[in-house]
Amino acid sequence: MSEGGTDNSRRRFLTAATTVVGAVGAGFVAVPFIKSWNPSARTKAAGAAIEIDISKLDVGQMLTVEWRGKPIYIVKRSDKNLEQLSSMDDRLRDPGSNESVQPDYAKNVYRARSDQKAILVLEGVCTHLGCAPKHRPDVAPADLGSDWVGGFFCPCHGSRFDLAGRVFQGVPAPLNLRVPPYTYLSKTTLLVGDDGGNA
Amino acid sequence: MGMMKSLMGWVDARFPATKMWKEHLSEYYAPKNFNFWYFFGSLALLVLVIQIVSGIFLAMFFKPDATLAFASVEYIMRDVEWGWLIRYMHSTGASAFFIVVYLHMFRGLLYGSYKNPRELIWIFGVLIYLVLMGEAFMGYLLPWGQMSFWGAQVIISLASAIPYIGDDLSLWIRGDFVIGDATLNRFFSLHVVALPLVLLGLVVAHILALHEVGSNNPDGVEIKKNKDENGIPVDGIPFHPYYSVKDIAGVVAFLFIFCSVIFFAPEMGGYFLEHANFEPANPLKTPEHIAPVWYFTVYYSILRAVPDKFLGVVAMGIAVLLLFFLPWLDRNPVKSIRYRGIQFKVMLGVFIIAFLMLGWLGTQPVTPLYTWMARIGAVIYFTFFLAMPIYTKMEKNLDVPDRVTMK
Repeated sequence: MSEGGTDNSRRRFLTAATTVVGAVGAGFVAVPFIKSWNPSARTKAAGAAIEIDISKLDVGQMLTVEWRGKPIYIVKRSDKNLEQLSSMDDRLRDPGSNESVQPDYAKNVYRARSDQKAILVLEGVCTHLGCAPKHRPDVAPADLGSDWVGGFFCPCHGSRFDLAGRVFQGVPAPLNLRVPPYTYLSKTTLLVGDDGGNA
Repeated sequence: MGMMKSLMGWVDARFPATKMWKEHLSEYYAPKNFNFWYFFGSLALLVLVIQIVSGIFLAMFFKPDATLAFASVEYIMRDVEWGWLIRYMHSTGASAFFIVVYLHMFRGLLYGSYKNPRELIWIFGVLIYLVLMGEAFMGYLLPWGQMSFWGAQVIISLASAIPYIGDDLSLWIRGDFVIGDATLNRFFSLHVVALPLVLLGLVVAHILALHEVGSNNPDGVEIKKNKDENGIPVDGIPFHPYYSVKDIAGVVAFLFIFCSVIFFAPEMGGYFLEHANFEPANPLKTPEHIAPVWYFTVYYSILRAVPDKFLGVVAMGIAVLLLFFLPWLDRNPVKSIRYRGIQFKVMLGVFIIAFLMLGWLGTQPVTPLYTWMARIGAVIYFTFFLAMPIYTKMEKNLDVPDRVTMK
């Protein structure tokens, strides 16, 4: 390059290269700030499994416990409830729970383990916008209509679920309520949050 | 040459104090025909100051901790001297901010203040409105009441409607599997530091852009097209003292109403402070009826009107984002509604009715009738914007005068 002249293309290249290097650097610096918003190590550790004694749970009752800050519903269903679940299919959005989230052992019409079909374990978090649906075991109440045979009703936006947490058609919630991983330590002791690797 | 004058001379040689004073106040020429609707810009600035001052003091007593937050707000209300007044200033100020801003935006619609050459002023304004919504949403979580918790739960879950990344995104925003201490703590930081900084920057940009092109007026006439021999608009008067004094009259009237609310109806029947929020947050129990604070209810109604989770969120987002495109959707070159055709007048009237209806519906529980009303309202809302390029071209305008009128 001569003394007086300016090599503009060389100058442009250097400007562009500096900009790119600077942008990459800024991108890397952003990582720790963005990552700091992820659940912290302490938060993750607090997600440990919990044991629940279900010996006092009667048919038709619901127990609410907290796991990972979420309400967990434990419902004991009657034989009649279980029978009715098989005849709901045409009114449900995902009757086979194919799109919904649950462990494999709960991917059946009762959405429960086969050894204790009557016990339903659900995350009480509406799949629409996260409200806690209400347990409404009453049959044909005035506000829910004559064809209501018991289930869950979300007060926020009116989503409805049957007694297996499966969502009805024509409501805003897209999926069935989630079933958390769970297992039985004994006939009356439930462990929520851990199933020993899909045991 | 007095002491003051030489002192100002010393400063002016080092910092453009006098220059700025002249540019933005004593020699900023505003149209002489401003009316009632022109109070709300300066009132928005006043409310911003009220929020910043009361907010600084609340932050001295508030504890951004999930186990302490609710009690610290009660502590402010009961034990801190005059704490109740400072808190009610801030909570009433939030609603007042939106009232003033909505009226300010409506003024823009009436007189076409978003049109060429003021598109950027409008865009900065819409950004201010967006930041204000974020600021209000995050501030509402802080008292850690039932409505704080469940309102935030619903709004953050909106992010989970986004395909593929939604669940991870809402987890990232919350910093926990549910709304928790992590969420409260980061919202506090954003509410008191990050968003106010952005807000102040945007307000400066909004005003600088305004003073660059000059104010619009109820006639939508450009006063800069008609200047005297000194280059001063014939229809312009200096902002100070003429409009600074006029705005003080507006401030007095505003403060009269504002103080009445603070002293006699700080909860405004559950509209400014919702009743459910006087109960501490309980992650296991959703309140019977969840409604956002009144200023969000229009968009909340649109969300609820759509029977699909993802599309509902999309509709709500578009409803807000459409505001940005207003300067290009309106194809009529005439600015003021005074000289525009019947089409815009009718559409604006119907839009305002639909807007108010959606706002009211958003405070109500869902029923089949209300859902249908919300759907009709949402269709009108979108039609107002999306059909605008068509009906604004069909307008038969009246003659726009050369000079501003004083009616």
